Amino acid sequence: MLSRKASCDSHGQDSSYFLGWQEYEKNPYDQVKNPNGIIQMGLAENQLSFDRIESWLASNPDALELKRNRESVFRELALFQDYNGFPAFKNEMVEFMANMRGNKVKFDPSKLVLTAGSTSANETLMFCLADPGEAFLLPIPYYPGFDRDLKWRTGVEIVPIKCTSENGYKITESALQEAYQQAQKFNLKVKGVLVTNPSNPLGTTMTRLELNHLIDFAMEKEIHIISDEIYSGTVFNSPSFISIAEALTERNLEDDEVWNRCHIVYSLSKDLGLPGFRVGMIYSNNQTVVSAATKMSSFGLVSSQTQYTLSQMLKDKKFTANYMKENQRRLKRRKEMLVCGLKGAGIRCLESNAGLFCWVDMRHLLRSNTFEAEKELWKKVVCEFGLNISPGSSCHCSEPGWFRMCFANMSEETLMVAMQRVKALVDSTIVHQQTGLSKSRWLKSKWVFQLASYEREPDR
Amino acid sequence: MGFTLSNQQQLLSKMATGDGHGENSPYFDGWKAYDSDPFHPTKNPNGVIQMGLRENEMCFDLIQEWVLNNPEASICTAAGVNEFKDIAIFQDYHGLPEFRNAVTNFMGRVRGNRVTFDADRIVMSGGATGAHETIAFCLADPGDAFLVPVPYYPGFDRDLGWRTGVQLIPVACDSSNNFEVTRAALEAAYEKAQKANIRVKGLLITNPSNPLGTVLDRDTLRSSVTFINEKKIHLVCDEIYAATVFSQPSFISIAEIIEENIGCNRNLIHIVYSLSKDMGFPGFRVGIVYSYNDAVVNCARKMSSFGLVSTQTQHLIASMLSDNEFVERFIAQSAKRLKTRHMRFTMELAQVGTSCLKSNGGLFVWMDLRRLLKEQTFEAEMELWRTIIHEVKLNVSPGSSFHCPEPGWFRVCFANMDDKTMEVALTRIRTFVLQDKEAIVPRKSNRLWKATLGSAFQSRRMDDNMMSPCMMSPHTPIPQSPLVRAT
Repeated sequence: MLSRKASCDSHGQDSSYFLGWQEYEKNPYDQVKNPNGIIQMGLAENQLSFDRIESWLASNPDALELKRNRESVFRELALFQDYNGFPAFKNEMVEFMANMRGNKVKFDPSKLVLTAGSTSANETLMFCLADPGEAFLLPIPYYPGFDRDLKWRTGVEIVPIKCTSENGYKITESALQEAYQQAQKFNLKVKGVLVTNPSNPLGTTMTRLELNHLIDFAMEKEIHIISDEIYSGTVFNSPSFISIAEALTERNLEDDEVWNRCHIVYSLSKDLGLPGFRVGMIYSNNQTVVSAATKMSSFGLVSSQTQYTLSQMLKDKKFTANYMKENQRRLKRRKEMLVCGLKGAGIRCLESNAGLFCWVDMRHLLRSNTFEAEKELWKKVVCEFGLNISPGSSCHCSEPGWFRMCFANMSEETLMVAMQRVKALVDSTIVHQQTGLSKSRWLKSKWVFQLASYEREPDR
Repeated sequence: MGFTLSNQQQLLSKMATGDGHGENSPYFDGWKAYDSDPFHPTKNPNGVIQMGLRENEMCFDLIQEWVLNNPEASICTAAGVNEFKDIAIFQDYHGLPEFRNAVTNFMGRVRGNRVTFDADRIVMSGGATGAHETIAFCLADPGDAFLVPVPYYPGFDRDLGWRTGVQLIPVACDSSNNFEVTRAALEAAYEKAQKANIRVKGLLITNPSNPLGTVLDRDTLRSSVTFINEKKIHLVCDEIYAATVFSQPSFISIAEIIEENIGCNRNLIHIVYSLSKDMGFPGFRVGIVYSYNDAVVNCARKMSSFGLVSTQTQHLIASMLSDNEFVERFIAQSAKRLKTRHMRFTMELAQVGTSCLKSNGGLFVWMDLRRLLKEQTFEAEMELWRTIIHEVKLNVSPGSSFHCPEPGWFRVCFANMDDKTMEVALTRIRTFVLQDKEAIVPRKSNRLWKATLGSAFQSRRMDDNMMSPCMMSPHTPIPQSPLVRAT
């Protein structure tokens, strides 16, 4: 009776990534009302700097009551449905994006397409760049939502580019080639590579070398590059963020064909912490893509009310500069709190310099080096210790035992509570391991060995 | 950069390089003409007046007054800013509960509280545009089809078919019976699809109709429900003009029909709604999918991630539409003003011998200019249309862009302008129509012509045959009265 899309589960929402959210929703932590509830650490949201935005809003009534020079612009906004977007908003956006990239690149508002969140931007790009049955290569681990956003309604396939903890998940030339060949084995025509930079779930930025490998690869295979840069404003430590735009410009590739095959996805959900407002965008040098994507944006335009409010906010350059600086400072501090808390429990994270989460190594807590063991551990963490974290398998990680933990969507106090629970979890696992039957001594020595090997491994 | 077209075609998807978006249709050409030369009462009085845009600008004063009196509704005011954070981070695709409740409240009131809606069945979408696409993705696979009575809104081709791969099959309706949707026509369209081995997944009706401005009567609605039940296909009812009905017969929602019809399989019934027309808020992108089928609600909700309503907007709408006193006043005033505008418009047109399909809803009229065609062909319609755009400077929409089977019909929007602009538009139409007539028959004096008209506009639905035959071009065949079956 319904379509295949409606009846299947390629929306991906049966994944543990989303199941954890459901558990959280049934029993959400509240410091006062539900102190034993589940703490949400699976939501990559930035709630650290709202006070800054709120105080700006309070001091700028004209802009925000949908007024211009004290005259209401309500009507104009209510009627504005031009899919080319509110010019003032787009102009401010391109400047904001350039600032974030240290003004090393300039963006043209006519190449910017507004969409309802980056969810819609990514799907739209798939519709524009690939036909059903064609494929995009994605480095693993990747954001679980991509299965829905890139594949569900478009019929496009994802082929993983294998990245492992052995080299800090760096994208190598051989991994790219291998993925391409894998696609060919399955008779899948590869249309491009999609990278998230800074990475979700890793929280790391791509190096210049990686970007160059990517560009060389895309040139060789004559395929697209989509760079999802929605976390570009969350980089709080060196190395600094290098956008694909900068990498291309550095190599003077503006006149090369690859220039027209590079597209950036951006959003204000992470950097400004406004996911509810649904502000996403595609930036492309390819006029046909811009044109097609603009038409498709009819299916998910950004509310004009929101475009107007944000255009006023972004116009205040002093505010945005201060906001970004303060926001990054707070993210850095919060991340350090998490890393420290985890270290105290004997748990290490991948070294990261961006994002709203850490990529946490809990391999030593697994009963066995399998995804079943990972799932078991995950259920324990969620249900017994009340922490909704995201298992690596939901991010298509190739190695069991890694988890993504978010730190920017809660108060400091809540994070403290979370760290206590992690400690309790680790303690209980050790006790369990110690008091387990025949396997106990082997497990203990394995665990100790693993910890010891961390001490020796160099930092990324 | 030196990209050839074939380069692009290999590089990009078929979807991106094709024209399934439908924007190469003449429907959009008029907009382009308007965009390059838009009318302004002082700055560009000779510009093109936009009459192809069915926006409702009739009641903004009421809304603005409400907004000013309710600052807390905007989270970006001092009164509302405390809620900012909660709203800004809320991205749950269920939508704010107060938003869903407010929308169901509004939908119920628009239907005179004859039916109530369940807030848990409200699914957001990126405008009705997003709602239609979502419904198509949920109900049909690529290659499947929906039946759609003609004439229909040109955007449907894009909304239902572009990225979904779904096809639209026309259900024949014509002026011989005022474009009513008959059972026979539904059956015929279904048969045709079967013969061509096309799987029909549903029937899409727009009620009130765009472009006709008419409402479907109870019999037609019941008949449609029976039809889809028998064929076990879906019924999608686009009710986005529900609150624009300004006179009898009153609007009957499909929700009312299924309440009275116990035998109907509710899993087949879905409503598309939006605030773009009833409230005049197309910029805010508030689209709604309302389905009686739980699986469709679930699926559509997941898909709504691709087009959620900004929470800033949800918050504003939630406040506004739960103010019952305001809502009742708004609905009543809006209908009243639409009625006044509609009457003025149609009467003025009738005075110059131009009739419109009798209608009681929508933001437009379906104008009959068949007698002005050089010949009863779509080429002639296009020629006439280009004249109207470029010489008369009015952007109206040609019937062919709505897949109308008969040339000579035009949709003319009247609710998207102020009174003064409307008068300018009417003057231009009058001048054009009269010039046309005088060009055809220069011998006739104005007085005789006016006398003929006097008897002609007694009935709002003008029968061309009542006019003096001398006023018609010797090249124009006797125009068909709407009462006479088309040959």
